[in-house]
Amino acid sequence: MFYREAGDFKTSYKADNQTFPIAFDRYRYWAILAFAYLVIPFLINDYWANAILVPFLIYAIAAIGLNILTGYCGQVSLGTGGFMAVGAYSCYKLMTSFPDVSILIHVILAGGITAIVGAAFGLPSLRIKGFYLAVATLAAQFFLVWLFNKVSWFYNYSASGQISAPERLVFGAAVTGPNTEPWVQYMVCLVFVTICAIIARNLTRGTLGRSWMAIRDMDIAAEIIGVNPLKAKLTAFAVSSFFIGISGALFFSVYLGAVEVGDAFGIQKSFLVLFMIILGGLGSIFGSFAGAAFLVLLPVLLKVVGVDLLGWPTDLVSHLRLVIIGALIMFFLIKEPHGLAQLWRLAKEKLRLWPFPY
Amino acid sequence: MTLKTLGALALTATIGATAAMADLVIPDLSYRSGAYAAGGTPFSDGYQDYFNLLNARDGGIGGEAIRIVECETGYNTEVGVECYESTKGEGALVYQPLSTGITYQLIPRATADGIPIHTMGYGRTSAADGETFNWVFNYPANYWDAASVMVNYLLGQNGGSLEGKDITLLFHNSAYGKEPIATLNALAELHGFNFSELAVDHPGQEQTAQWLQIRRERPDYVLMWGWGVMNQVAIQEAANISYPMDQFIGNWWAGAEHDVTPAGAAANGYLSLNMNRIGDMPVLAEMQSMVVDAGNGAGDGSNVGSVLYVRGMYAAMLAAEAIAKAQEIHGVADITPAMMRDGMEALEITNARMEELGMPLVGPEFSVSCQDHGGSGMGIVQQWDAAAGAFVALTDYIAPDDSVTGPLITADAAAFAAENNITPGCL
Repeated sequence: MFYREAGDFKTSYKADNQTFPIAFDRYRYWAILAFAYLVIPFLINDYWANAILVPFLIYAIAAIGLNILTGYCGQVSLGTGGFMAVGAYSCYKLMTSFPDVSILIHVILAGGITAIVGAAFGLPSLRIKGFYLAVATLAAQFFLVWLFNKVSWFYNYSASGQISAPERLVFGAAVTGPNTEPWVQYMVCLVFVTICAIIARNLTRGTLGRSWMAIRDMDIAAEIIGVNPLKAKLTAFAVSSFFIGISGALFFSVYLGAVEVGDAFGIQKSFLVLFMIILGGLGSIFGSFAGAAFLVLLPVLLKVVGVDLLGWPTDLVSHLRLVIIGALIMFFLIKEPHGLAQLWRLAKEKLRLWPFPY
Repeated sequence: MTLKTLGALALTATIGATAAMADLVIPDLSYRSGAYAAGGTPFSDGYQDYFNLLNARDGGIGGEAIRIVECETGYNTEVGVECYESTKGEGALVYQPLSTGITYQLIPRATADGIPIHTMGYGRTSAADGETFNWVFNYPANYWDAASVMVNYLLGQNGGSLEGKDITLLFHNSAYGKEPIATLNALAELHGFNFSELAVDHPGQEQTAQWLQIRRERPDYVLMWGWGVMNQVAIQEAANISYPMDQFIGNWWAGAEHDVTPAGAAANGYLSLNMNRIGDMPVLAEMQSMVVDAGNGAGDGSNVGSVLYVRGMYAAMLAAEAIAKAQEIHGVADITPAMMRDGMEALEITNARMEELGMPLVGPEFSVSCQDHGGSGMGIVQQWDAAAGAFVALTDYIAPDDSVTGPLITADAAAFAAENNITPGCL
């Protein structure tokens, strides 16, 4: 019925190793992409862009980044907020220093700068693991936020310490600043998300990704069979930070337009992205999207249901949101540690055999 | 699946909103949860209760009913953006986010959408330059005025000279807390006092290190730019090192009852600024009887008459007066946000009018013009009387030193205009 493998023959290794080996899955993937690129831009309005889709896409990039480090390479990191801040502030400094260069190039360069910073903070991972490494990355988080708050050069000596994105154009359309059309914001983020996801997917199934997973599963055994832990861990930190930097740059320039480091990139941001990959599924690209969608949409959904439909007091709904998200995280950790991605995988297995029970 | 239901819900919400279009929509971006709820709740209560009073007593403004749309931000900028986007389509007349961070988000957005913002005594100070910031208003006063009023008060206390005095600023390490630093530096140069600053990180629960330093250096005065739990902790810490309370001055967001009550009798004598007066006003009795007792209060009614409740009411009064002004200018009862802006720009608040509204002398007299969106910038100094459990006004309205703040505002606004390709001018 669904996901049928009968008659779906592969005649080359390339075909057998593709991301979506089952035809139905492949068509679904192309359909979603087509919908995202060809339908949504014509329907999107300010609210959908600013409150739902743009944050979802940006958090998806951050979740992919953290998933590479934590999900694929097993290095727990609590420094995501700090690395996003590096991306945002690099982007700001580049935008204001080289106003004639395209913003898209600045976003990619901001990712590159974050990759260097991330690799530098990843150095301790060669000696320490697990809980101790989490504390080291926590130090990175606090240090980076302190740095951007303390050194006025980073925010061009503005009176309030805020950074705000000046207007920049791509192909004649504003992508940053107040006059940005919602579909432009959305398209910029969508292109970045698509490219990031394809790169991440292909990295994780190549040599590099296999060496990360070997380190994750048993680092001593991995070293014995010839995986270089130095290279594996540092590349994981660099690649992961590259994505997180891009998401930070987009978060600042395209989504919010003005940020204050302590408020936007504090420790709660690190936890939020970590919850996304825990709920979505560690070590899965789809899981990064699922987790980001879940934690961006759920608060909005609860608000719409609680306040607009049921007319409950706003503070009650806001407290309930915390309770519900906390309960969900506990529920998932107990019931399904591999997250939404695993639920999806199981559903797919079931559908492959349907209507037979097993 | 979720997207679909959400879409359907959003659709019904918009359809529902368009049906009820013919009224004055006032969004209230409040925060009754999170680290700053203690300050957000009474302000929001006062803001909503005053509008509800107008509905109950006068049938709205100019015969047009007021509809309040509340949205909880939790003082979080991202949620603030979501709230703005979800409420602006309903015909929102004016935004009052009560958060400097959210204000910085809304200034460019609301300017592009043509909706006025009123950031009463907070937000971006240089928005006082009305030619650069056409849609943003921060009357009656702003942070740089507050810094100047504090220094002027201290000058009065010290016979007109602060030469060689040590003044320390204890500030919330965010855009809000950093605002007065430049002004205080300029004032330090002018008056010859030594100025130093101590940052407190969000949310402000942890201040031991800062107070150790104050204890060591014993500055003559400590000024505080705090909000939320930071205020309570600072006042408790000051009491712990027995720093004299009458040399400790908070700004107008650090001088409410819930900031001082936790420290009990030790907080007696604590000083703070206020931009509005408190006390027994006829309007408060009306709000108590016609709104709170009638079961339409925004909160549980426990905040009526408190510093921030009165300030919320004052903010609502300024908005209501601007609406009435706009109706008068355009001769329409159901005004648009653009008309609201005209009303705000032509606003004039006199003692006689405040008397009429049942809130005599609640604020300073001021008038707004196209060039000046900042009001008079005056503030009073009030002192906490722990035995009576109330703030007592020590002074009349003190004027800031415009010769210091004026050039700073002009420079900052000019920089903003250059950055964003704005040609300053009146609309």
